[in-house]
Amino acid sequence: MGGNEAGRPKLAVEGATKFYDTKSGPLHALDNFSIDVRDGEFVCVVGPSGCGKTTLLWSMAGLHSLTSGQVLLDGEVVNGPHPQIGMVFQEANLLPWRSLIRNIHLPFEIKGKQPDANWITHLLERVGLGGFEHKYPRELSGGMQQRASIVRALSFNPSVLLMDEPFGALDAFTRDEMNMMVEQIWLETRKTIVFITHNIAEAVFLSDRIFVMSARPGRLARTFEVPYARPRTLDVMAERDFFEMVNEIKAEIHHGTPAAQTPAAGGQQTVRAHG
Amino acid sequence: MADAHLKDEIPDFQKQPGAAVDQSVGVTNWSALTSGPGRRTAMEIVAIILVAVVIIGGAEVLIDVFDVEQYVLPRPSEIVTALVSDFGLIWPHLLDTLFELFSGYAIGASIGIILAAVITQFPFAEKIIAPYILLLITTPMLALVPLLMYNMGFGYGPRITVVALASGPMVMINAATGFRRTDLAKIALARSFGASTLQIFLKIRIPMAMPMIIVGLMIGAIFGLLTAVGAEMVGGGFGLGNRLQVFAANIQMPQFFAVVLVLAILGILIYVGFFLIGKKWASWQS
Ligand SMILES: Nc1ncnc2c1ncn2[C@@H]1O[C@H](COP(=O)(O)OP(=O)(O)OP(=O)(O)O)[C@@H](O)[C@H]1O
Ligand SMILES: [Mg+2]
Repeated sequence: MGGNEAGRPKLAVEGATKFYDTKSGPLHALDNFSIDVRDGEFVCVVGPSGCGKTTLLWSMAGLHSLTSGQVLLDGEVVNGPHPQIGMVFQEANLLPWRSLIRNIHLPFEIKGKQPDANWITHLLERVGLGGFEHKYPRELSGGMQQRASIVRALSFNPSVLLMDEPFGALDAFTRDEMNMMVEQIWLETRKTIVFITHNIAEAVFLSDRIFVMSARPGRLARTFEVPYARPRTLDVMAERDFFEMVNEIKAEIHHGTPAAQTPAAGGQQTVRAHG
Repeated sequence: MADAHLKDEIPDFQKQPGAAVDQSVGVTNWSALTSGPGRRTAMEIVAIILVAVVIIGGAEVLIDVFDVEQYVLPRPSEIVTALVSDFGLIWPHLLDTLFELFSGYAIGASIGIILAAVITQFPFAEKIIAPYILLLITTPMLALVPLLMYNMGFGYGPRITVVALASGPMVMINAATGFRRTDLAKIALARSFGASTLQIFLKIRIPMAMPMIIVGLMIGAIFGLLTAVGAEMVGGGFGLGNRLQVFAANIQMPQFFAVVLVLAILGILIYVGFFLIGKKWASWQS
């Protein structure tokens, strides 16, 4: 894992700007967005629906290019999918025709490498999926599928994990459980994690820092430092200053833009439904 | 990077996972395969056999009671007797039919699948070709047999050609429906691991198309069988279709129905074969 040179961030987004070509002309999705993420840091990106979070994450993963600006991993420009970057998608995105273990082997098949059986077994045990290797996705619950997709992203041991609303589709209880698990995995592995969510409480619970984005075109509106010591338990969610931070971030998102003064805050910038 | 058209597309993660997939199905519905035999209880199997016994036994009795002439409708027992005793007469023609079916189908189906795989990668070309494929499907290929015989003679040639022409487009249109099911999230997933266009094709697109490919192969095979028999009836000389005509002309009704029985069994074998293949290779779909 690089990024240890003094002061150099693990992951840097510099002046990221992205226009999509659409039938009705160029669509400005991301505007001069810059952040630095330190090695081993856990950051969340929150913002109104349709503000460009996924666009940002896809650029960081090298899945599409920016109109201008760049993404640097360990000081080097990312201009395509990178072996040091693992991606977890919103829906678990498992291949339904493959058993769980063969889903986890997919990255190795593509890279032409031998799967690291010990590490994979350890991860599966770690997330409570030991013994489910030969089940198919349809035989697993939503939470189990999402855990499997996290194992898949970690299986080739990337140093950076990008997660796009991974728990958006899960119920509140499962979600809490997943958050605990993610924190523990992070404490164990010390990956650099960029986590996108609609759920502010989830963001505050998980992150060292939170980047709040403005409505589209996405800009960096504000950065919050989260002070809580690790490991955190779900109890912090009941604390008063936790609430206050959640509310402050919510206010930032809802009132950060003139367009969001209506009751349907943030709803009019996007064609998407809210998560 | 290839797959350039993907670069700017973000799958809509708000949708249900399945919703991104084109669930509309071409000529047939996938349930044709999944709701087939296999998932029946013992009770239902007994009932099905019972119905067969009642119909066959009933026919036997009724034909006897009403003294129906053999040339109108032979008894089931006479048909089976004819099948067994005259199997030597039917057998070589069965081999002819199978040969035509396998050769024509092998050619038609492989061209169909390859064409579907290639054409769906180029939406423009697909739009141009689509009406011609439709033309191939809607035109009864049997109509070409006399013309083909004029050019290719009385042998297997014209029959293999029409079987290929009848089964190929069926396979193609269904396989194309399968290949069009692009789930951007899954393709993005493979790309995030650094997959090449070829790897995306092999590991994502083909498995995703597999259920529809199998449906297409099944329909293509059944169409191929129908067309082979039809071509034999037109072409004469040999093959089960030709036997039907010969036996009918000679008023050998038990033998005639024995051939019909053989054809029915062939059709069922095709269906069951593809059902089992579907179960093995595409059961994730259901
Ligand atoms: N491939 C595309 N072509 C054109 N416009 C796009 C494309 N992908 C996204 N957009 C638009 O860009 C904007 C940002 O989209 P993006 O998916 O990044 O937002 P998001 O913050 O992830 O939204 P959500 O919270 O709903 O997931 C939206 O207005 C969206 O409609
Ligand atoms: Mg998004």
